[in-house]
Amino acid sequence: MEKLFAIPKAPIVKKPSRRDFLKVSAVAGSGLVIGFNLSLGNKMAAAQAPATDLNQPNAFLKIARDGTVTVQVKHLEFGQGVMTSLPMLVAEELGCDFTKVRSELAPAAPIYAHTAFGMQMTGGSTSVANSWDQLRTVGAMARTMLVSAAAQRWKVDASTCRVNNGVVTSAGKRATFGELADAAAKLPTPKNVVLKVAKDFTLIGKPTRRLDAPAKVNGSARFGIDMTPTQIPNLHTALIAHAPTFGAKVKKFNADKVSGIPGVTHVVQLSHGVAVVGKSFWAAKTGRDALQIEWDLEAGSKADTVKMRQAYRDMAKTPGLVAKKGNPDAFKTVAKSVVAEYEMPYLAHAAMEPLNCTVAITGDKCEVWVGSQFQTVDAGAAATIAGVPPQNVKLNTMIAGGGFGRRANPTSDYIVEAVEIAKKAGVPVKTVWTREDDMKGGYYRPMYVHRIEAGLDAANKIAAWNHTIVGQSIIAGTAFEGFMVKDGVDATSVEGVADTPYDIANMHATLHTTKPGVPGLWWRSVGHTHTAYAMETMMDDLAALAGIDPVAFRRAYLTKHPRVLATLNLAAQKANWGTALPKGRARGVAVHESFGSVVAHVVEVSIDKGELKLHRIVSAIDCGLVVNPLTVTAQVESAVVYGLSAALYGKITLKDGVVEQSNYHDYPVVRMAEMPPVEVSIVPGGARPTGVGEPGTPPIAPAVSNAIFALTGKRLRTLPFDVVSLSA
Amino acid sequence: MVLLTVNGERISTNVDPSTPLLWFLRDNLQLTGTKYGCGMALCGACTVHVNGEAVRACVTPIATVAGKKITTIEVIGKSPIGKKVQDAWIAEDVVQCGYCQSGQIMSASALLTKNAAPSDAQIDAAMSGNICRCGTYNRVRSAIKLAAGGKAKSPAKPAAKKTAKA
Repeated sequence: MEKLFAIPKAPIVKKPSRRDFLKVSAVAGSGLVIGFNLSLGNKMAAAQAPATDLNQPNAFLKIARDGTVTVQVKHLEFGQGVMTSLPMLVAEELGCDFTKVRSELAPAAPIYAHTAFGMQMTGGSTSVANSWDQLRTVGAMARTMLVSAAAQRWKVDASTCRVNNGVVTSAGKRATFGELADAAAKLPTPKNVVLKVAKDFTLIGKPTRRLDAPAKVNGSARFGIDMTPTQIPNLHTALIAHAPTFGAKVKKFNADKVSGIPGVTHVVQLSHGVAVVGKSFWAAKTGRDALQIEWDLEAGSKADTVKMRQAYRDMAKTPGLVAKKGNPDAFKTVAKSVVAEYEMPYLAHAAMEPLNCTVAITGDKCEVWVGSQFQTVDAGAAATIAGVPPQNVKLNTMIAGGGFGRRANPTSDYIVEAVEIAKKAGVPVKTVWTREDDMKGGYYRPMYVHRIEAGLDAANKIAAWNHTIVGQSIIAGTAFEGFMVKDGVDATSVEGVADTPYDIANMHATLHTTKPGVPGLWWRSVGHTHTAYAMETMMDDLAALAGIDPVAFRRAYLTKHPRVLATLNLAAQKANWGTALPKGRARGVAVHESFGSVVAHVVEVSIDKGELKLHRIVSAIDCGLVVNPLTVTAQVESAVVYGLSAALYGKITLKDGVVEQSNYHDYPVVRMAEMPPVEVSIVPGGARPTGVGEPGTPPIAPAVSNAIFALTGKRLRTLPFDVVSLSA
Repeated sequence: MVLLTVNGERISTNVDPSTPLLWFLRDNLQLTGTKYGCGMALCGACTVHVNGEAVRACVTPIATVAGKKITTIEVIGKSPIGKKVQDAWIAEDVVQCGYCQSGQIMSASALLTKNAAPSDAQIDAAMSGNICRCGTYNRVRSAIKLAAGGKAKSPAKPAAKKTAKA
């Protein structure tokens, strides 16, 4: 998704005008509120006028009389730390006391649109990057107004005022932000503000603990699944019996028998299943378990992954649509070559919080509470299904227990379904997907096959690289198709190959796009999840073929990409690359650029009695200018674990259209006992922040694979790893 | 009718005795800090203490805890060990999405109540039933050691004071 729009370069001096910003004079002295001017600044909201009270939804920043600074976070918080990093951007320029900063998740509103993508959304590892100028400007504007208020009160020139930790001072006089907020709210909007240069940052770049941690260690943090009748009177819980195959329809079902079960209040037929609504989860689940549904399977998917893998492998032997134009004939003249096929399965996101959505429809108004990565899309879908005007939908963003892309669905599947149930049942409803529903619910990272023919010339230089990718498009058929599919090539299917930083002679890449009838979706790091594996294990194979050290081999192809080179070098240095290891251990390396950042991992492994053991992971990241080093480190650690789970275990299979996995016993993930230490180093420098949440995932599986290859000489090209095969 | 004690309060209920404790806590008592993750005791998100033992509430029918004392994440901070664990979690900046952390903290508190200085292997044994998809495992381990009286592994400096020239 990162290639949709380029992030603009940052001017140091911002000149916001009345067209861009609106300073809202709050009613009855409720403090200073800074928002964006809806009526002029954003064409999507031409008809809306800003509210004027402290609780108005269209503010980025509120400073209350007690000095509390509340930042509305326009992105979803689902682990990546935006409830801390985004307020840091505001606070850096504002000069407030960071201990008085609170963060709240903003509801759906046009002013919270992603500055590059034009809709409110969280994805592509862009939350900090797209907010970088915007939120610092908000902070600087507020500071300027507070200082002006102090200067007027004291009848001094504003240039004599200093701001420190939420206090303005000048020649012995002193006032807190809280004391100045009402007066500041009456002042005109500053015509321009000067943003700090990086060397003057006092908060940005400093390790800063998460603001959302206290509520997450005492159970008080309210996730979407935690809505209760206390928040929404008469709230019911709904469970849905989804079709056993994607697209199958309900023929008939035993509504009468189910509606008699104690606690069950409604049984509702949906376009794709049957919902049982009850007074509690357990009542609704008891009802659902009693459902007997006859399905029309003719309309459903017959996808079968065993058949698909052969079909995909056959297709991979023929060229597809050109994604990167090179010289495919060069392969005929190489001195040495490797031909390899790679197979990557469907993957479920399997976030800890199962999907859920709460909806209350009252008259022509529809209110939604949901952990959404796509607020604009989801609010629009809710309006359509509820049959109410779009402005009558209020979508409240709830913190989410993970998401990894699943909550950014162009079809808004779990929101649409909840609105449909609430409308048909006529009561407020919280849908809760069971783990099995979530695992079997589709929208997976698609299955892919890659085939690479690559070769070296007599000087052991890469002279040919023919790369064919086979798999379905995530984007085709969605509203994003016009932006992201060009000449039949979905950019997300080939990212990481078509734009590889390696300077490889004659590299030629093509794509076959399939339509298997299984819903696909972005999954933490999107196309890079599979492309990095093929690229980085083939680079390793070619290094071995050339008899050159894998790090040295890569360096030769990265001379035009100093960031990638520096990140590779930092990881290698920190991991003591090239030094001796205890007997039975080996290292592997991989580096990959994605979402504007670069991550390299060096992994140490051993295999004992058929068991793979990871001893140490050393990671380096270049993510541009670092806002919160604690967040960066945590996200690299997180991306590593997420990628490891997929490499070691992750596999969704289908037989006759039915998903064969259901829960964490047959879709295992990494647990604590398997977890090696992860040491993260950050490449310093960078003028602006780049992606952090995703870039650590792509290189971890190939780094482990390359370590296994170094140890055993065996190359794993099918994911997840068949570790048992290694001890044979 | 089932009688039990939840967070120090005596409660009687006539819910279906097969109702899992998890859903009684979440739906009947609206104690939503205890999370649903798998319903099969595979992920540990629903971990509570039953008479001090870490138990997966999602597979514990309420009838089986009659007469027993249930402690949930909402009050674990009132015990000295629970408070230490929560403080260590904040010091080590453990949480990410946070959804699994109630269960992690309940498992860790139960571990430290029985074993004041657990080894790495003992931590693995006690905590490997708790899944974290954000991958906070290494920080969970560090926080447990910190709560047990060790030193913080990745100390976070408090936010620096800020000065801005107007």
